[in-house]
Amino acid sequence: MTRTTLQALIAAALLPTLAACGGHGGDDDARVEMHTLRITVANLTANQPLSPVLVSLHRSGAPWTAGMPASSGLERLAEGGDGTALAAELAAQGGIVDATGSAPVGPGAGDSFELSYPAAEDAQLSLATMLVNTNDAFSGLSALPVGAMAAGDRQQFVLAAWDAGTEANSEAAGTIPGPADGGTGFDPQRDDPLDAVRLHAGVVSRDDGLADSTLGSKFRFDNPVLRVTVERVR
Amino acid sequence: MRISRALGTAATTLLVPLAAGAADLEITVTNLTGGLSFTPLLVAAHPADTHLFQTGSAASAALQAMAEGGDIAGLQAGVTAAGGQVVADPAGGLLAPATAAGVAELTTGSANTHLSITAMLLPTNDGFVGLDGWAIPTTPGTYTVMLNAYDAGTEANTELMNPGAGGAPGVPGIPGDPSGRAGSGGRGVVAASPNDSEPPVVHIHRGQLGDTDATGGLSDLDSRSHRWLNPVARVTVVVK
Repeated sequence: MTRTTLQALIAAALLPTLAACGGHGGDDDARVEMHTLRITVANLTANQPLSPVLVSLHRSGAPWTAGMPASSGLERLAEGGDGTALAAELAAQGGIVDATGSAPVGPGAGDSFELSYPAAEDAQLSLATMLVNTNDAFSGLSALPVGAMAAGDRQQFVLAAWDAGTEANSEAAGTIPGPADGGTGFDPQRDDPLDAVRLHAGVVSRDDGLADSTLGSKFRFDNPVLRVTVERVR
Repeated sequence: MRISRALGTAATTLLVPLAAGAADLEITVTNLTGGLSFTPLLVAAHPADTHLFQTGSAASAALQAMAEGGDIAGLQAGVTAAGGQVVADPAGGLLAPATAAGVAELTTGSANTHLSITAMLLPTNDGFVGLDGWAIPTTPGTYTVMLNAYDAGTEANTELMNPGAGGAPGVPGIPGDPSGRAGSGGRGVVAASPNDSEPPVVHIHRGQLGDTDATGGLSDLDSRSHRWLNPVARVTVVVK
């Protein structure tokens, strides 16, 4: 039995007693067990800066599902690098706590977060960030169960790039928000012929025959694009 | 031996104690690509020394028929002859880009400890998605396996369409393109014969070139639709 389960059982056993005594709200707060997750992100790509990374702990829902249309929040993150709406969507689905990086994460660079939260068996971790020199590529974790992690447990992932399926991968000038183009990020029109989240097929580039691509071959990428370490430090 | 694709049989299964070493599985395959279709899937549980394919080894005639034309009959017969069990075509035909096949249920016999999966990738000359002999866990839980794209090594990757006919083993060309974005009139990325641009063994597919010229160029394929990066599929296995 995990420590969290034990704590929940103890709490449940105590409830009738507390109800009988009536009104000990302050004592309840003092008994809440706090957990802390440290999340470390590394950008493995050559020339794809990552938009400020969104990390979110939530009890239900998921930021994306393969084969399903992207939510409007995911669309905004994947096309323009802004995770505000996605964070709000997750917060509305049993949100526990979230955080967003203070700056983009360059190739070869990383970022880290510590999230402290009241222990929850059903806690799920989601993480999302855009590959900004693309039309709508992103990477991350979708609803990873973390509630059963014991203190000291550590999981590491190397992650592929997803295609949000909300914007055609035209690679055309003016459509890519990253420094390779400086174009428009989010556009509410969904012009990808397949409005479904799937893995990204990569950047073609003008150097490889896509004549109207604004991207040179140095903006191509391969999987994995992101390394994420999740450690329960408390 | 008991093989079932029907969800409705799950309750029956639970009433019968499983033999030692047997496993009750629910298997879901998701096509993670945006532009490739999978031909009918073959999901097989079999002894550890059975293989549908092995990297570094020449493709069997049955694997060639699957990889060039999507025909799983030969592979299926091979698994059955080895005492294995199969779920053939759990998706009921092509598995479109960014979709998941219906759950394949399989109650394995105690000797059938390993899981393999294949399907041809369309449009390719002889590309396929594969899982080779994954040891089925004995601890109940949900397991996820990501699958890569392989090349059977039996047909040159010309990237030229040859609708219908190209599916026969040994006949050059791609038999079909469910995406409808392939062109025609390409010169061929490589010569159809001899097939000397790749080793004559199963290997990780080098990917496709494609181009943006629907009526000429090197390739009949579209570089915006018919490329991929691995992995190309996700398999979720629930061990009950």
